[in-house]
Amino acid sequence: MADTESTPSRPARHLDFSKVVKDLIVTTLIATAVFGSTIAFRTVSAAGGLGLEVRYDIAFYVIAAVVIGRLLLWIFVWSKPPGTSAVEMPVSIKSGLAKVSAKVGKGFGPTMLLFALVFPFLPFTDRYLLDLSILILTYVMLGWGLNIVVGLAGLLDLGYVAFYAIGAYSYALLAQYFGFSFWMCLPLAGILAAFWGIILGFPVLRLRGDYLAIVTLAFGEIIRIVLLNWYQFTGGPDGLSGIPRPSFFGLPFNRSEGGFADFFGLDYSSIHRIMFLYFLILALALLTNFVTNRLRRLPIGRAWEALREDEIACRSLGLNTTSVKLTAFAIGAMFAGFAGSFFATRQGFISPESFTFIESALILAIVVLGGMGSQTGVVIASIAMIGGFEIFREAEQFRMLIFGLAMVIIMIWRPRGLISTRIPSIFLKEKKKVSADMVAQGEGH
Amino acid sequence: MSEQPLLEVKDVETFYGKIQALKGVTMEVNSGEIVTLIGANGAGKSTLMMTICGNPRAAAGQIIFDGQDITNLPTHEITRMNIALSPEGRRIFPRMTVYENLIMGATTSDPAYFDKDLAHAFELFPRLKERKDQRGGTLSGGEQQMLAIARALMARPRLLLLDEPSLGLAPLVVKQIFEAIKMLNEQDGLTVFLVEQNAYHALKLANRGYVMVNGTVTLSGTGKELLASEEVRAAYLEGGAH
Repeated sequence: MADTESTPSRPARHLDFSKVVKDLIVTTLIATAVFGSTIAFRTVSAAGGLGLEVRYDIAFYVIAAVVIGRLLLWIFVWSKPPGTSAVEMPVSIKSGLAKVSAKVGKGFGPTMLLFALVFPFLPFTDRYLLDLSILILTYVMLGWGLNIVVGLAGLLDLGYVAFYAIGAYSYALLAQYFGFSFWMCLPLAGILAAFWGIILGFPVLRLRGDYLAIVTLAFGEIIRIVLLNWYQFTGGPDGLSGIPRPSFFGLPFNRSEGGFADFFGLDYSSIHRIMFLYFLILALALLTNFVTNRLRRLPIGRAWEALREDEIACRSLGLNTTSVKLTAFAIGAMFAGFAGSFFATRQGFISPESFTFIESALILAIVVLGGMGSQTGVVIASIAMIGGFEIFREAEQFRMLIFGLAMVIIMIWRPRGLISTRIPSIFLKEKKKVSADMVAQGEGH
Repeated sequence: MSEQPLLEVKDVETFYGKIQALKGVTMEVNSGEIVTLIGANGAGKSTLMMTICGNPRAAAGQIIFDGQDITNLPTHEITRMNIALSPEGRRIFPRMTVYENLIMGATTSDPAYFDKDLAHAFELFPRLKERKDQRGGTLSGGEQQMLAIARALMARPRLLLLDEPSLGLAPLVVKQIFEAIKMLNEQDGLTVFLVEQNAYHALKLANRGYVMVNGTVTLSGTGKELLASEEVRAAYLEGGAH
């Protein structure tokens, strides 16, 4: 698209008029074909059937905007001689910016954490925002959990939601049949999910890449369909309701005497429970992050990353790849189990409908968009994805369209995810990031 | 030289599906030796190397390391017996730093020796020390090969298996690598089994050599004998002596 001729002396803007005119004509034709049919005509329900409304004026404005936009692109962006960047910046400013962004990057995590801690007490925080942030944090936790399997160990898992479902159903069923409390069920749900992670791990050990993805996808569906059809045990499509709410270490959140508000001498408010749920999921998510970061520094975490890089090399170094893969599956699944039981206690009602493939895809999208293996990236991606879903709730029909577009754009601009640097898990003197262009796959073999 | 060879391969046959890659290979590596296996493309050199490591497994025959039958052990247990493999094509971990790569090499060894081994590896290949915080994938081919060997050495091996260390490297770098192998053998008494296509350099370096053709060993002898042999010269050394 850019001009191929380069000016020998100094870089100057260069426009090839016939080329531009030709391009603009093609643009007009395409825009007319697309918007002429979609915007110019609109069906309205009229008396006695469907009427057709004609909106040539709006269609004309849209087409004009597209053409003018393309013309501006030609004038300001594509007229550059090749080899110069779109925005010229003096080297000093560039290096200054790099320094600032490095500082911002360093402070980003603690700032986010601080913000997360005070968020429920901020004046503008209402019930809706709090609910939304609980949802976002749930996905952050799921993203961090899946990051172990996909980002670190490099095992593409398309059925991650199965473990989420197992965690949710374990809590709901244990509470229903045995009357276990949330705090008892949380570790049990994690253990059960990890156990199922190992069960799934065994048959798929020989598989890699696409084949692994298909089997995990099938596993996710199997779990959902079993939950759907095992009516006597799981309630089938009716789901399970009346799941007990969590208590504040034994103090229930209700109006009664000996409740949370009464015990602390506060006026009863339903927001207390939501705030508690918020801090609960924040703690669980931070636990996931903490454990993952610690594991990365341990031999097992390095083995996961080495497995992602090169399985044959791992074997030649005496690593038992079977156990490395199983631990990744199990630990990833365990965190999904925790998140699942949190989900159950928050909702109070679960049904197989909450655990469809689209959930797995969403979690995977969060991990991939965030940059595989990056913890901060997962946070940004879940805020963008889940928060974005909420913002565009009005435009429900176009929501998926907008997200599809956003994803395509991100994959064009940042093909390795938002945060594509990898911080070495160990270093001798100073921490040095491995920059994005250095982590492209398929090199170095 | 000990009475018993460190590594003994007896009548090993290996198949890829129905295709027989090794048709009864017998060879041995004595303690403290450098032994090389040369042969053309597809002769089965790498297959023999891989079979020693248990993947693919030998269909018939026996592989004995230090008096113990390792024919049917899983790969990770074989490599835990102080056999280190520097695989063909180097296979370093490209996104991990040089330092991390070396740590991965030390997975099976006693952590007490780590610092000493690391210093030793850096002494052998000073280039790696300069680049210790650099990502493996950004190293040049020669540096990657150095890293692959250094990583294998971190496992404190008694037997080092090298699969085509000269693959795709400039002649000058090949010379450096081979000098390092020689040093390892002479100073540390490390036993090396070297699979090579670069027959001239390999035979010059090795105490003994085997020549493999179509899955069988056709010739064997000391490095010098093989270098002087008419057959070897005709088949592998024409134009190879650079």
